Amino acid sequence: MKTIYLDNNATTAVAPEVVDAMLPCLREFYGNPSSMYGPARQVAHRLEEARARVADLLGVSPAEIIFTSCGTESDSTAIWAALRANPDKRHFITSRVEHPAVKNLGEYLSRNGYRVTFMPVDSRGRPDLDFFYDHLSDDTALVSLMWANNETGTLFPVEEVARQVKERGIVFHTDAVQAVGKIPIRMADSAIDMLALSGHKLHAPKGVGALYVRKGTKFSPFMIGGHQESGRRGGTENVASVVGLGRAAALAADHMEAENTRVRQLRDKLETELLRRIPNAMINGDPEHRLPNTTNISFEYIEGESILLMMDELGICASSGSACTSGSLEPSHVLRAMGVPFTAAHGSVRFSLSVYNTEAEIDYVIEKLPAVIARLRDMSPFWQQVQTG
Amino acid sequence: MWEYTDKVKEHFLNPRNVGVIEDADGVGEVGSLACGDALKLTFKLDENERIKDVKFQTFGCASAIASSSALTELLKGKSLAEAEQVTNDDIANYLGGLPREKMHCSVMGQEALEKAIACYRGVPVEEKEGEIVCECFGVTDVEIRRALTDHHLATVEDVTNFIKAGGGCGNCHERIEKLIDEALGRERAPVPKPRKMTNIRKLRLIEETLEREIQPALKKDGGDIELVDVDGNRVLVSLRGACSGCSAAQVTLREFVEKKLREFVVPELVVEEVCE
Ligand code: FES
Repeated sequence: MKTIYLDNNATTAVAPEVVDAMLPCLREFYGNPSSMYGPARQVAHRLEEARARVADLLGVSPAEIIFTSCGTESDSTAIWAALRANPDKRHFITSRVEHPAVKNLGEYLSRNGYRVTFMPVDSRGRPDLDFFYDHLSDDTALVSLMWANNETGTLFPVEEVARQVKERGIVFHTDAVQAVGKIPIRMADSAIDMLALSGHKLHAPKGVGALYVRKGTKFSPFMIGGHQESGRRGGTENVASVVGLGRAAALAADHMEAENTRVRQLRDKLETELLRRIPNAMINGDPEHRLPNTTNISFEYIEGESILLMMDELGICASSGSACTSGSLEPSHVLRAMGVPFTAAHGSVRFSLSVYNTEAEIDYVIEKLPAVIARLRDMSPFWQQVQTG
Repeated sequence: MWEYTDKVKEHFLNPRNVGVIEDADGVGEVGSLACGDALKLTFKLDENERIKDVKFQTFGCASAIASSSALTELLKGKSLAEAEQVTNDDIANYLGGLPREKMHCSVMGQEALEKAIACYRGVPVEEKEGEIVCECFGVTDVEIRRALTDHHLATVEDVTNFIKAGGGCGNCHERIEKLIDEALGRERAPVPKPRKMTNIRKLRLIEETLEREIQPALKKDGGDIELVDVDGNRVLVSLRGACSGCSAAQVTLREFVEKKLREFVVPELVVEEVCE
């Protein structure tokens, strides 16, 4: 059975070009980039080339890029750096729908002497900016808002918020793990101070990420150790993966147009057709300001894990914000923050596409999914109630 | 994703006895949309009070559907007296076991069965007994006590695995722990009331902590720290030697000095550096 992979917000396939770029770094180019002799200099050279490519994707200068081990490390580094740089400010603002990398750190900080404000969102996941601006104060050290939501694809107007925040002398960080590679990002005249990205969301391998730190931003390292990354992140670089990330960044730039045309069209087709063929289904998130590759659909009166397992039987991979899939008993914090009713939250499914998906695959899902939903609904006592009124 | 047995998968993909018996002798409904799973069980008896037919409808995950299907298979042909003996363990065993986090699916089956039998016998469905302990899932102290003895549970986590209580906001964890202690005949040592911290005591503790826990470590790196003043919860210090002006000084203050002081004195302390 063929696998139809529609879970690219969870992780992506490593691009063949990326593997090709990495292999020599696992074979002949094994030198330590910090060493002096010729073979090591070749490694250092590749590392710097990768840095330049990542910088190009964001429109920044290579000196502003720090390589890390993942998106979570990038987020943690940024948040701690901003708090340490402003030791007498004890307030941090973020949102209620952040990835656990930021959300759980926020909760940790609120238990450890910081005041933390979690900005609410409306039923489409859009930020409550009035609430947000009202809560900025002289005590605010840092604002961290995600660029694109991993579950719904909803985009936050981070550029605009960053400008307002900057005027008040507050540091602005964005978790752009889902946005980078999917939508064009030009940081040259942006007010964003720090931006986190992760390799495995854009067809590089797992275990590598990067943090952009605007020149002039006060910074202190999170990983304290050797002088790597200009003293901003101790520890020998994961050279092969970093080189892979560089190649992936260049590929992402090449694919940017396809992401926003072909992938978007496939996503739209999938969404429209499913909604047309399946009653009591609705989109979660902001249909207007959204990543081109993501759709999150709730199928009322049935449960997400069951849907995923039945899709798995058909070779279709997606994910769900239902409680059962995560091992907790409550549905996703993002859907709850949006106030998605229980009738729908438990039955939410996220499809996230990539440039490697084909129209035939999407057609297959459109053809197969209605029967899966109908089958589960036939078993559901609530569906019966709705049908009989 | 969960590790389900082949039997669970098979019953999930090909559930037996789905549906509702219209002129049922017994009907049992448990769960709700908010809880994430629900089960409606209906059965029909023959003239000898044996279960002639039984059907289910389930909203829930794969193991909830498989558990319901297993339950109906277990019940077919049983007398009411025999049916009454069916427990959630029987359901789980029939399926070759369930992940521990999913045991509540089998418990839901047992509960629906009890309700359906009570319905047939005309036993009035009594109001939920006891007092709600877990608001998130509407579970009472009576239900928790019963689960503790029925399933031999000893941790909050297990209570959540079996009857969901405690699986949401977590506000009820303390009360569940109390119920566990009662059931196990344990007593908890009363938590000593913290003595109110006087200013003098606070100052002394800060000094002691600096001397004992902080200065030795800084001296090792060629630095030192001096207490300048204490103003409420603000601890004013100045750094000396290799520490002052060192780029990591802020990190040291926040991550080391402040942490230690909070640990040994009071958690509200804020350390600030003053320049002379
Ligand atoms: S009250 Fe029990 S988990 Fe929320």
